[in-house]
Amino acid sequence: MNKLTVSASPHVRSSDTVTGIMLDVIIALVPSLIASIVLFGFRSLLITAVCVGCCVLFEFLSRKIMKRDCTLRDLSAVVTGMLLAFNMPVSIPLWMCVVGCFFAIVVVKQFFGGIGQNFVNPAIGGRIVMLVSFSSAMTSWTEPLAWLSGVDASTTATPLSELKNYSGEISDTLPSLWDMFLGIRGGCIGEVCAAAILIGGIYLIARRVIKPTIPLCFIGTVAVIMLIAGKGDFEFMAYELLSGGLLLGAIFMATDYATSPITTKGKIIFGIGCGIITSVIRLFANLPEGVSYSIILMNILVPHIEALTKPKPFGTEKEKKTKEEKAS
Amino acid sequence: MSNNSGGILHAVKRVRGGVFVDHNKLTKDLPVVRITPPDKVVLPMLQHIGAPCTPTVKVGDTVSVGQVVGDSDKLVSAPIHASVSGKVVSVGDVKVASGKMLPAVTIESDGEMRLFEGIEPPKADTREDFIKAVRASGLVGLGGAGFPTHVKLAFDPSKNIDTLVVNAAECEPYITVDYRECIDNSWDVIGGVYTLAEVFGFKNVVIAVEDNKPDAIKILKNIADKDNSRGDIVKLMTLKSKYPQGAEKMMVQSATGRRVPPGKLPADVGCVVMNIASVAFISRYLKTGKPLVSRSMTVSGSAVKEPKNVRVPIGIEAQDVIDFCGGFKKDPVKIIAGGPMMGTALIDTHVPVLKSNNALLAFADGKVTNKRQSACIHCGRCAEACPMSLLPTEIEKLALNKDAEGLVKAGVNVCMECGSCAYSCPAAKPLVQYMRLGKEIVREAGAKK
Repeated sequence: MNKLTVSASPHVRSSDTVTGIMLDVIIALVPSLIASIVLFGFRSLLITAVCVGCCVLFEFLSRKIMKRDCTLRDLSAVVTGMLLAFNMPVSIPLWMCVVGCFFAIVVVKQFFGGIGQNFVNPAIGGRIVMLVSFSSAMTSWTEPLAWLSGVDASTTATPLSELKNYSGEISDTLPSLWDMFLGIRGGCIGEVCAAAILIGGIYLIARRVIKPTIPLCFIGTVAVIMLIAGKGDFEFMAYELLSGGLLLGAIFMATDYATSPITTKGKIIFGIGCGIITSVIRLFANLPEGVSYSIILMNILVPHIEALTKPKPFGTEKEKKTKEEKAS
Repeated sequence: MSNNSGGILHAVKRVRGGVFVDHNKLTKDLPVVRITPPDKVVLPMLQHIGAPCTPTVKVGDTVSVGQVVGDSDKLVSAPIHASVSGKVVSVGDVKVASGKMLPAVTIESDGEMRLFEGIEPPKADTREDFIKAVRASGLVGLGGAGFPTHVKLAFDPSKNIDTLVVNAAECEPYITVDYRECIDNSWDVIGGVYTLAEVFGFKNVVIAVEDNKPDAIKILKNIADKDNSRGDIVKLMTLKSKYPQGAEKMMVQSATGRRVPPGKLPADVGCVVMNIASVAFISRYLKTGKPLVSRSMTVSGSAVKEPKNVRVPIGIEAQDVIDFCGGFKKDPVKIIAGGPMMGTALIDTHVPVLKSNNALLAFADGKVTNKRQSACIHCGRCAEACPMSLLPTEIEKLALNKDAEGLVKAGVNVCMECGSCAYSCPAAKPLVQYMRLGKEIVREAGAKK
């Protein structure tokens, strides 16, 4: 007999791995990628490819320069690349994508220690930097399906900016709710098709990669506030839920492990917080969209939320009671 | 006690956390077989939690089965008995499964398995006599922890201890000896339960079994129903098959809804928890007076040729047990004494089987080799899996910073090292080791003060 492995218990482990989890997220993003190609043409695929390529390259280089082990294997850079790409309009110049990827991977992720250590979601960090730096390129929207007819892409407004002028009645210029659900509206390439995002979300929940807590609290809060703001107008609420990056943000970005709380209570607070900030920005601020800002603001609060919702070790409450009894 | 459906209870309270592990109860349908007595047994003087025993025999002595070879005058300890008849050939340090060196008595068998003359059914009519008798039997918790049973039973009678929980959860994968005890020795189980209830005045007895063993529940239920003379104090309870359902605190919570506070024992919330094999042993011991000289263990795993449930004399070499099961069919990669979640990996098979070893598992495949370790992604699966509501990653950080005070606050001492956190970690972090490191730091800090 030779060479027995001697190690500490447990001797069996679940089959879950970091790579497997990231692969599941990538699979969940595929429907949205397909939808973006159908709606905006092959340039969507090009943008996604460039973002993924840049993120992987920046991850590789920064780990190399910082003399740390290579972490490409965990596929998290691919996920960041895809999410960042999904947050761009189809007309974005490719060099701008490179800048966004650099900020996401190098500044937000690797400067803080790499996977699991980033204090905000890298894709959102990258997007916000691009939004501030290249605001016009980041907010020029192309008509969906225009590429099929071969005409030069005409620009359009997003439903959100039209909803800003809502005063009791939904304007006729808005796409129908059905079109909104399928993604036939102006917007970022990966955020428009609600159907594809929901398929991905259901996949992630079924695979137990994410819990529905954050998306439900996030979207639910927005729904309730919009219902109140629209004085009970369900159509207005439905438009608000289907427009902007709410679904993409709530399902794929707010649920990022590193930047969301681990306790259920914490997740509820986090989700509701995101929902409130998003609604407040949409209703009262100059900006049309607030999902990215809401998530990034709540990301920063995560350590505090976790400190607040820390579970007590098993049986602790009882002990406190007996102490009080003794004191009295 | 609620949810009485068909006379079988359901857990009063659901246990939080835990993990679903593959049961792999391959030896479920194999009744326990007696092993051929070995030529030699090695009896380490510490086979329980507590003070080690001192050898009471010397080299050259002739001993017979059931004769005391080691004892201690400390309270938390249990005597050790010869498990074969023959000659003491050495008294000195040997290596045990954990890798530690322990003083031990080695007996060469004369092949006769002659019973010690002094053995007779013990006097156990009163509480005190009963506890004394249990101590003399050398019984320790047979479920794996090895806590001396007489200490457990010697609770303060003025405390209101109303419930005996008989633990037959057997939540560790592969192991099936408790299941076999339910099926093959069900009368011993019920007999032991009634005796314990009578002597110690338990108002309720809950025999708790995981729901993946329905036949065990049925058989015990039938026997308990037949014997109505003593009223309806014995209840059968099914528990969700989720590891670590069989852990003592989880058991108390499921069976009674009570939560054992940190640093306290089940007795502090009015419960005594005993493994089902221990209960059945007490019943047999009271009839025959034969002390704990053998135990049942499951031999299984992908490297073992013929997985079996075997009754072995305490102190038999692990290699002898494996040979009895046809030896290895493939080269083993890892051999574990105990279950795959909490057992100890062996350095080699030339170590003795202890009172607390309920299984010997040998694996040939990659299942037990380590997953590649990577950085924590803060997924929270460890915290979700922890039945004790701890945050393993927080304790990891505190342990690395050697923050004894923070570790105590984070509840590191509540950790029972069940391994659910490490099992579920996708980054394959050695979280149980961080827990142990944390406990060690707390212990050292306490010693300094």
